[in-house]
Amino acid sequence: MSEIKIVGVAGSGTMGAGIAIVAARAGFKTIVYDTQQAALDRARKQTEGFFAKSVERKKLTQSDVNKIMDGLSGTTRIDDLAACDIVIEAVFENLKVKHDLLAQLNKACKPETIFASNTSTLSITEIAAGSGRDEKCVGMHFCLPAQLMKLVEMSPGLRTSEDTFRVAWDFCKAMGQIPVKTKDNPGFILNYFLVPFNNDVIRMVEAGVAGPADIDRAIKTGLGYAMGPLELLDLVGLDTHLLVAEALYASTHEPRAAVPALVKRMIAAGHLGRKTGQGFYGYQGNAMFGG
Amino acid sequence: MNYSVIDTGGSGFLKSDALLQGASRDGEVVVILGAEAGKAFGELRGTDKKSAVLIELGMECLGVHTGEFRGEEGSNVLGFARFRLGCAEPSKLIELVRQPCTVVVAVAAAKAVFEGAGLQVAVCGDFVGRIIDRLVRPYYNAALRRLDEGLATADDMDTTLKLGLGYPEGPISLMERTGLEHHYAVTQTLFEAYGDAAYAPARRARVAHERAIAARAAQAERNTPFPKPSGNGID
Repeated sequence: MSEIKIVGVAGSGTMGAGIAIVAARAGFKTIVYDTQQAALDRARKQTEGFFAKSVERKKLTQSDVNKIMDGLSGTTRIDDLAACDIVIEAVFENLKVKHDLLAQLNKACKPETIFASNTSTLSITEIAAGSGRDEKCVGMHFCLPAQLMKLVEMSPGLRTSEDTFRVAWDFCKAMGQIPVKTKDNPGFILNYFLVPFNNDVIRMVEAGVAGPADIDRAIKTGLGYAMGPLELLDLVGLDTHLLVAEALYASTHEPRAAVPALVKRMIAAGHLGRKTGQGFYGYQGNAMFGG
Repeated sequence: MNYSVIDTGGSGFLKSDALLQGASRDGEVVVILGAEAGKAFGELRGTDKKSAVLIELGMECLGVHTGEFRGEEGSNVLGFARFRLGCAEPSKLIELVRQPCTVVVAVAAAKAVFEGAGLQVAVCGDFVGRIIDRLVRPYYNAALRRLDEGLATADDMDTTLKLGLGYPEGPISLMERTGLEHHYAVTQTLFEAYGDAAYAPARRARVAHERAIAARAAQAERNTPFPKPSGNGID
């Protein structure tokens, strides 16, 4: 039985909206906070669309969805998070932005409220240092898309109390997620391995060792991966890869984390991936062509 | 596409594989298999009359067998290797190695032969490690290193990479299953070729290598006939 009853989610972007779905779907009263009403409205619409598909696919009934949506609300007033037992922040990946938010939450929330960060690259200890309650801070990195992916990387900061980590861990399991414990290291497990690997793949294209289609075919056929690394990069978007890789490199200074020059050239040319119709592959609608 | 096979022994293909089953006595393409494929190619005559001549490679570059000249090398001769991760079953992947000036018709002929045998072909340049080993070995090394550093337990690292990225198997269990000693051999070759620390064999792979050497030495000692006493003849 989770000690958490009311969940706050700060930030209603793609990750925040997905995390809110996970919490609300598991039966937790969930309040989503954002400074922009338009962002909350957009997230609400996306959430309704997601649950409509769940009903269509017979994963939930309309009655289930009505109950979930009743327990899910949005607000632009941070004070509305006062009664939350945990607030999961999913705001822009910048230490100052997170510190500013946590300082406000520290004033607004009750002293027992746990603050969880969905950061994928920043240090939990450093984020917690700006919270005013670092023993109550914990890392909870959900994978994209959060509403579909079960994995959550959980990291204690250097000053996180054992009790905080235990309560957050139990809450994660109560949401139906699968937590794994990692040290508070840049990139945790996923991004620590994925970003340098993707950089190596891009460098291989850059060096002309093989073309994108040949590399993807080799990785899929040789290792049984469901998706080739360049298909994945096109899906994620090179602009997103740049942000994550630069954050990882700034924390580690490991050569393989350094962003290859080709990424910046492709971004300058508008070749961001699927979203612009051109990345390592060309796209027309959802269909892939060329390679 | 008609092709003939020269098998020098020790190939990544079995006699029962479709590639060998589909071979004829003569053909437009010659496929040379086995550990001595490069040597056999050197002794072959009339190769320029063929659509393609395909040499099975180990870790070496194709240029070792064909020679290289100012970045203009390339002919109807290609290299290839069937990808296999350590002691796992051979995959369906053929890494087909071309040189800068390899003729396009030869690449097409090679692909037709392999695809006709039910294999998938990925074309790449003539570099040590080709595509997969060059890309994944630093990842496996990093996983082994981070395990030593206590980033997470072996199970949590495997679970994270399986669930988070959809990989069929986590890196630690994959290395355990396919052989850390094999990983050592591949990474040592890559490290010697590129001098990049990312390829330097991880500590756990070095340990596995040293233990394998010790085990082989112990086995050899056990197999040595009991030595005759070299004493003074007084028994």
